[in-house]
Amino acid sequence: MKKEIGISVLLLVLCVVTAIMNPKFISPVNLVNTANLIGLYGVFSLGLGLVIITGGIDLSVGSLCALTGVLLAMALTEWHWPWPLAALVVIAVSMVLGLAHGWLVARMNMQPFIVTLCGLLLYRGIARFIANDGTKGFSGAEGIEPLRHFASGKVLGVPAPFAILVVLSVVMWFVLHRSIYGRYLLAVGRNEQAARFSGINTRFIIASAYVVAGLFTGISGIMIAFYTNSVSPSNHGNFYELYGIAAAVLGGCSLRGGEGSIIGIVIGTALLLVLQNLVNLLGIPSSLNFAVMGAVVIFGVLADQLFQGRGRKR
Amino acid sequence: MRGIGKRFPGVVALNGVSLEVGKGEVVALCGENGAGKSTLMKILGGVYQPDAGELLLDGAPVKIANVTDAMKFGVAFIHQELNVLDNLDVAANVFLGREPRLGPFGLIDRKKIHADTAPFIKRLGLDISTRTRLDKLSLAQQQLVEIAKALSLNSRLIIMDEPTSSLTLQETERLLELVLGLKKQGVSVVYISHRLGEVNHIADRVVVLRDGKNAGELNRAEISHDRIVGLMVGREIKSFYVESRVAKVPRYLQVRNARSSRYPAKTVSFDAGKGEILGFAGLVGAGRSEIAKAIVGLDERGGAEVTLGTERLEIHSARDAIGHGIYLVPEDRRGEGLVTGMSVRENITLPSLDRFASLFLISRERERKTADEQIASLRIKTPGAEALVLNLSGGNQQKVVLGKWLSISPKVMILDEPTRGIDVGAKAEIYRLMRELADDGGVILMISSDMEEVLHVSDRVAVMHEGRITGILERPDCTEENIMNLAVGKTIAAAKPAVN
Repeated sequence: MKKEIGISVLLLVLCVVTAIMNPKFISPVNLVNTANLIGLYGVFSLGLGLVIITGGIDLSVGSLCALTGVLLAMALTEWHWPWPLAALVVIAVSMVLGLAHGWLVARMNMQPFIVTLCGLLLYRGIARFIANDGTKGFSGAEGIEPLRHFASGKVLGVPAPFAILVVLSVVMWFVLHRSIYGRYLLAVGRNEQAARFSGINTRFIIASAYVVAGLFTGISGIMIAFYTNSVSPSNHGNFYELYGIAAAVLGGCSLRGGEGSIIGIVIGTALLLVLQNLVNLLGIPSSLNFAVMGAVVIFGVLADQLFQGRGRKR
Repeated sequence: MRGIGKRFPGVVALNGVSLEVGKGEVVALCGENGAGKSTLMKILGGVYQPDAGELLLDGAPVKIANVTDAMKFGVAFIHQELNVLDNLDVAANVFLGREPRLGPFGLIDRKKIHADTAPFIKRLGLDISTRTRLDKLSLAQQQLVEIAKALSLNSRLIIMDEPTSSLTLQETERLLELVLGLKKQGVSVVYISHRLGEVNHIADRVVVLRDGKNAGELNRAEISHDRIVGLMVGREIKSFYVESRVAKVPRYLQVRNARSSRYPAKTVSFDAGKGEILGFAGLVGAGRSEIAKAIVGLDERGGAEVTLGTERLEIHSARDAIGHGIYLVPEDRRGEGLVTGMSVRENITLPSLDRFASLFLISRERERKTADEQIASLRIKTPGAEALVLNLSGGNQQKVVLGKWLSISPKVMILDEPTRGIDVGAKAEIYRLMRELADDGGVILMISSDMEEVLHVSDRVAVMHEGRITGILERPDCTEENIMNLAVGKTIAAAKPAVN
């Protein structure tokens, strides 16, 4: 809980400082826009966080977003599928690929880093190949308004992705912190052997985390495709996995596994996107965008380490 | 060491402790966990600095500021967990950190380290090349490499912390002989062990600590099991070991054709009675733990036909075994028995979470209630159910493992090295618990490499050798000699076949 409080304070301070230095930060347009982005990034970060809690990692998120984006656009505009079918197929593809990761990691004992690194390369290549390296958009698709509304509309004045993130976070909070499955995830992440000796099907638990990550990546993939409204397969979704990892780590997940919280992941995501916003609003050259993010993650994790270290000595 | 004091935040670890070791003397240091043995030895080894008292070497006060100092003064520390790099060869380990250089580029003088290592290896009776990688060696051999390193540093005093806890009976005997050999060569040894039989065998003097103070000393002639234990706990422990019983229902548990992936060509069959503690003796590597894992479904390429009462059980995973009330308390407590980063509560409820959940959501209050019950009935010393297991002592950690299974009424409990690294008081409690569990109609299979434990706790003993049971000994025939003979694969008249 301490970790979440620490990073919440950091987030709050950042918001206040930005708002004082540039009041545009609290303008409705900017707030809505930032919330929208938090929703888009937050959903896949939740899934990635779950994988990290099992002691794994998923580097394929960005490429998978590109692949789902391309597939969705082509299904709707070129193959003229009805939108529910297109959306379902895209999510299913994403989950099946997650299952493949899970199988390779849990069953074939491959290292998650390697499996998903190959995923990163593979899906990017496939996306570019099936799109013939051309940018795909949604113009010309008919009857997709409900899906577009779902992905980029508003719910009670709040951007849909943000609303979806809130709903999923609440569900996932119960799943991770209150359900048997969540307890198993944490136990497997901490000590897979001991979990196995306690009768837990550790392979199933680990593989399932990758499937959930696939599901969430699929959902955010659809939303992100509508957000950008055009999918260029060579750079759509680039570095998204790193945002997700950074968010999870900032939020208190340990890459060693067994540690992490949903609230932490969500706040971590928010922190990263507020930072980006800050870079824009405070006139910091946008080329420094990643540098700022890297510095803050280092600072955040280091501060946490020192804070914890002191707590232990005392 | 004279009047040594050391305090840690919140606890006084040592309070005016003195320890003297003569040249060529073997001093056994005994005490329950937390009595201050390790702290005292870490001060001697330069890991900690004392808050009070002084260290004297040959009558002159010295200051051991760090581990390098300790080495300089000829003090070597062999830790319970081995400090070797198993990706390097023997010579590289012996010379680690002080490699002789060759030429200006910091190259290692390989010839020299191998040549210099060889005599030490020979002196210890190790018949291996100095080019052998450590991961090719047994634990005992790796330990000897550490001792070789200590000797190569011209150590005058070697501290051994529980050196035999992971050795086989034979290896243990060899190590004890080695200690006696070192003594003859004028090397002093401080020997920390919970195994009082070993202490009895090699110690010239026993120094007992209790609660960070000297509790007493025994000279060679005074050493006896009861006196050491008496000093350690500060009172008489009546009936340290438990009484033996005859099984209420013989052959209640029938295991047939148990096969492990370690010895795929061999099978093990045996029966155990309701209310019986069946000991499993044998050398490390005899396949005892492997058979245990096969029985509870943790060996994917192994398995066993298990019948309990009249019911033939289908066991394909740990989940299945747990469903039938067959539980394993594994050898590696921290690696396999517990999720040490989780709380006592979470560990106790881990195998039976279904009981605490409705609609998949766990009720923490119900969990806490069960955890508190186990903490109370097993007398687990912990600040509370929410304390992390890693902060508990070894004995209390083991009780948490027991608690997690006792809370779901075991029918068959397999305990693999149940008291390894546990202090005497907790050991007695664990034996008592095992007896109670058996008396309540459980079947207990106890794998142990501690000869005294095997001899005194088991009702019958099954002895294994290289993947098969060489014989089963009834209580009157349980002697160290019989067990050793069976363990090395001999057949003896007193032994019964595993299944008749």
